[in-house]
Amino acid sequence: MASLSVTTSSESRLGRAWQSLRAARRTALIPYLTAGFPDCLASREALRRVAAHADIVEVGVPFSDPLADGPTIQRSTFAALAGGMTLPRTLELIDDAQLDVPVVLFSYLNPVLQYGVERLTADAAAIGVAGILLTDLPAGADPTVEQPLLASPLDLIRLVAPTSHPDRIRDTVREAQGFIYLVARLGVTGATRELDAGLAASIAAVRAETTLPVAVGFGISTGAQATAVAGLADGVVVGSALVDALADGGPAAAEALMATLRGAIDGA
Amino acid sequence: MTLAPPTDTTRDGRFGPYGGRYVPETLVAALDELAALYDAVRGDEAFWREYHELLVDVVGRPSALSEAPRLGERVGARVLLKREDLNHTGAHKINNTIGQALLARRMGKRRIIAETGAGQHGVATATICARFGLECVVYMGAEDVERQALNVFRMRLLGATVVPVESGTRTLKDATNEALRDWVTNVPTTHYIIGSVVGPDPYPRLVRDFQAVIGTEARRQVLERTGRLPDTVVACVGGGSNAMGMFAGFLGDEEVELVGVEAAGEGIATGAHSATLSAGRPGVLHGALSYLLQDADGQVAPAHSVSAGLDYPGVGPEHAWLRDTGRVTYAAVDDREALDAFQRFARLEGILPALETAHAIAWIDRSRGRWRAEQVVLLCLSGRGDKDVAHVAALLEPGA
Repeated sequence: MASLSVTTSSESRLGRAWQSLRAARRTALIPYLTAGFPDCLASREALRRVAAHADIVEVGVPFSDPLADGPTIQRSTFAALAGGMTLPRTLELIDDAQLDVPVVLFSYLNPVLQYGVERLTADAAAIGVAGILLTDLPAGADPTVEQPLLASPLDLIRLVAPTSHPDRIRDTVREAQGFIYLVARLGVTGATRELDAGLAASIAAVRAETTLPVAVGFGISTGAQATAVAGLADGVVVGSALVDALADGGPAAAEALMATLRGAIDGA
Repeated sequence: MTLAPPTDTTRDGRFGPYGGRYVPETLVAALDELAALYDAVRGDEAFWREYHELLVDVVGRPSALSEAPRLGERVGARVLLKREDLNHTGAHKINNTIGQALLARRMGKRRIIAETGAGQHGVATATICARFGLECVVYMGAEDVERQALNVFRMRLLGATVVPVESGTRTLKDATNEALRDWVTNVPTTHYIIGSVVGPDPYPRLVRDFQAVIGTEARRQVLERTGRLPDTVVACVGGGSNAMGMFAGFLGDEEVELVGVEAAGEGIATGAHSATLSAGRPGVLHGALSYLLQDADGQVAPAHSVSAGLDYPGVGPEHAWLRDTGRVTYAAVDDREALDAFQRFARLEGILPALETAHAIAWIDRSRGRWRAEQVVLLCLSGRGDKDVAHVAALLEPGA
């Protein structure tokens, strides 16, 4: 795996997780699942089975207007909403699933705003949620939301995109917590055949500005891609491919994909 | 006439607390570039001269100011119409697409995307892309594609690719989501021409500025014709671009009453409406904090209106601020009142208004008796109703 020097506060749950990963010289495998997809019970089972092969789990809060997501996550989102999934129920689901690995809440901003930012950080921290990532809250967009998040026990995870200039990367990572989520390519979430040729340069640009671990997502679907990314990054995020597997073959298929990816990453 | 845009009232891209830039990180660089370019061209007289030359040459501006004598007699005031319906392409939307096409050209972007509800913004975008030789892709909700078949064909005739959007509510909201997804994917080569005063900064202020020609012209025309300012200025509000452009001319005239009219759909109590400022509460959608129709969990509620152009659960952030400060009064008119006004106005004045505009006409009609005979009511006649004829026929004579 790539060199990794973690300065995440060891007080945070994610900080401790990255420290053990470094000690074991492992690359993190970070699955994303939409809460409540395909239904509430199967969602809990999928989270448990996927977590068994994961280092960190991202749980997506369904939102009616998932404008950063491709067709797969859109479908899972609308199915979850039709099944009655909400932000409060997502928290119940996470609590209920009792996962052994740190959980990162992955949400669009509006459900969080309506729930109340400080109420959410308190309630999420109380059930052991480790971090939060807000798709449509780029760094500096709204200090009234960012300050309480940064001050909370949750790590505020930031996205860096292929279009982020060096100055922008510097501003984004300055107050980032937990790890940096590097978007591997232009576009919305979704599996792709080819990884972006500029990925190594993007990772280097982030590493030039921060010692936080770098996880790469958007478009990773196969063992070969996971192996390639594991050679460059500290963590590999898999979302749409996993949701596709869950949609097609249920929690067992999602777990099987996780086992494949785990093997590919650990062999990298 | 003055070539400069109106004074910018935003601070850090916000109108009071509203507005902002709530977007995926991938779009931040493009919005920075657009904002920097726009801040530079605001003071660039050559830019505004070219914009105004195109408004004359392509649109046929200035648009006329007409008397509405029979409506005026009915409501007991002098009613004047700002005739954006007489613009090339039939609505106010073309004013904004010309300005943004000029910005795209300065950025060297040759691919244009747009969202459209009623199809008027899509037609206006396709028109200016044809004129400038730019590639044009328009996202339109599948339900609107069915409701507005004529405009879909117009866009295709103009060389645009129209993409029906099947996700979510299959209307303007989801067309906007899909346009944003395209933009995230193709941002280095593509400019997104947003059609209303919505979206992340700098869109609400630049769209307002490109529509402010409505209010600037109307203020001068009313003064010339009547020797006074209007007492009340009325415009319909979906996202709110025709209203914002009209109001921009009068915001500094404190004695002028400004009224925005939203769509109450089947009635606000039924939940099937688009009256965001009357019945919504603050939230984030499509990159901005503004009033929003939403449920307790923060999920965006489906909007409804008989008019596709008002069928949107959000509203421009400047309107949210003008509502909170009380400078503009917002009212709501339901589908039935709008349909009645559409027909009555056609018979009274010989003009088929857009169904969107019919909401503002209905409010004037409903408010008869509140003015004295010498008082002046100025209506923004934002578009013509030809596009709505088939839809209205189906509603009035089902099965015919």
